[in-house]
Amino acid sequence: MKILVAVKRVIDYNVQVRVKEDGTGVVTDNVKMSTNPPDDNAVEEAVKIKESGKAKEIVAVTVGEEKAQETVRKALAVGADRGIHIKVDGIVEPLAVSKILQKIVEKEKPDLVFMGKQAIDDDCNQTGQMLSALLNWPQATFASKIEIKENKLEVIREVDEGLETIEVNMPAVVTCDLRLNEPRYASLPNIMKAKKKPIEQMNASDLGVDTKPRIQQIKVEEPPKRKAGIKVANVAELVQKLKNEAKVI
Amino acid sequence: MSVLLIAEHNNKEIRPFTLNAITAATQIDSDLHVLVAGNNCTDVAKSVSEISLVKKVLHVEAAHYENFLPESFAPLVVKISENYSHIISSANTFGKNLMPRVAALLDTSQVSDIIKVNSPDTFVRPIYAGNAFATVKSNDSKKCVTIRPTSFDPAPTSGGSAAIEKIDGTEASNISKFIKREEVKSDRPELGTARIVISGGRGMQSGDNFKLITAIADKLNAAIGASRAAVDAGYITNDHQVGQTGKVVVPDLYIAVGISGAIQHLAGMKESKVIVAINKDGEAPIFSVADYGLEADLFEALPQFLEELNKLNTIQK
Repeated sequence: MKILVAVKRVIDYNVQVRVKEDGTGVVTDNVKMSTNPPDDNAVEEAVKIKESGKAKEIVAVTVGEEKAQETVRKALAVGADRGIHIKVDGIVEPLAVSKILQKIVEKEKPDLVFMGKQAIDDDCNQTGQMLSALLNWPQATFASKIEIKENKLEVIREVDEGLETIEVNMPAVVTCDLRLNEPRYASLPNIMKAKKKPIEQMNASDLGVDTKPRIQQIKVEEPPKRKAGIKVANVAELVQKLKNEAKVI
Repeated sequence: MSVLLIAEHNNKEIRPFTLNAITAATQIDSDLHVLVAGNNCTDVAKSVSEISLVKKVLHVEAAHYENFLPESFAPLVVKISENYSHIISSANTFGKNLMPRVAALLDTSQVSDIIKVNSPDTFVRPIYAGNAFATVKSNDSKKCVTIRPTSFDPAPTSGGSAAIEKIDGTEASNISKFIKREEVKSDRPELGTARIVISGGRGMQSGDNFKLITAIADKLNAAIGASRAAVDAGYITNDHQVGQTGKVVVPDLYIAVGISGAIQHLAGMKESKVIVAINKDGEAPIFSVADYGLEADLFEALPQFLEELNKLNTIQK
């Protein structure tokens, strides 16, 4: 079995995101970038499946600017076998990313495609679902447990009401929740070894995919600031304020 | 052209977030049609027809819509989308699961999780877990939009008498199968929709100490949240995590106890209407977003808090 894992480079989740003064986006210069957190879970799950002997090869793929390669390199350091980097500059919408991934899937013919349920930059939560639609494959979104049963996959999904269990035929697209597993850290020797693993590079235009955005970003602004609050002297005052001033209890 | 809203329901009742999405949808266009597809869901179609903002109900019955698997459901939405300018659903796990599949089949770039309708093609949506708001204009001829429920008031559920049109479904897909749904059995409200949330952080020092939080949550009928630090320390399971990598909550009252206020936590709660911070470190960043800050040892403050709440009840009685 072959697993394709899609990873995205985003601003690190510990960074305080700042809006650019001209309203064109957020500041990314000199800002720490990392792999989108649930994409780490996707890589981890693929590696665990390979370690269990059920998968032979893991291919990590990313779509983005030159430096997006770092996320593929990180996936290689924790156990992916080889990488693919599709170079695109600027904003690439999930629809375009899913069309690019569709081309890669047609070429690589994986049995499973894993990725995070959502990217923490644009918060769209679309790519996995769109890819499965384009491929006419089943989708298992927000997965917190995956079990391989011959040519089917049993997946527990995190939904608003609780947990939902579904069974999907393979090939399938799975989007991973943070609860799926605990991503490992890459060891230094593995980081060194990963430098020798191959990453194939290509351009989105080579694949014949139009990445021109359909959604025009008019402006990006800071959310409204909260009014400065007050410090209360004791619990009695706090409860009194909540009851009589804020009227929330 | 009219707008089409996809109702979320459990074949018996409409799910509450659909009402918020209806409000948002009518801000796009008042000619709102609602799709109710399911298995033996006639009661749902009827109750939707009674919502005054709804102009028409499209009712579809088939066994394969019972559990809303997107492999069967998305082609149905695509089939009836022809006469609509917008396809709309709530941005909860139902809409998030279904809508991108519809959008891809329609070759439309979806606008996710909007918090404001500026015009039929321009919307405001939070990005970076609410650390920035983007105003975006969709240039697709047919638009797929999901609605952040907490940003719109629920539509009134009565006063209407829309026509119910029965329509044919699409073929069942057999590539996926529903097995079961386990609803979280809790007397407590869901974290994502609770009116009051009380969360503990690393300052709680142990999982056992969360009983101080539980006691207050019981009293206030609040959901229990936690910071990532508390989850990572193993004090509480990660389904309680509030923050950029956990749940984003917008309650009327958020009480942060022993939480310093890391960026990633603030991203998940700072849109709450009223924020209370209880922390012994007066310099903790959480105080910068708190409406009411109490600089105190939580192990003293929480029992006192419970006592004061009990007193309130006595007075009310």
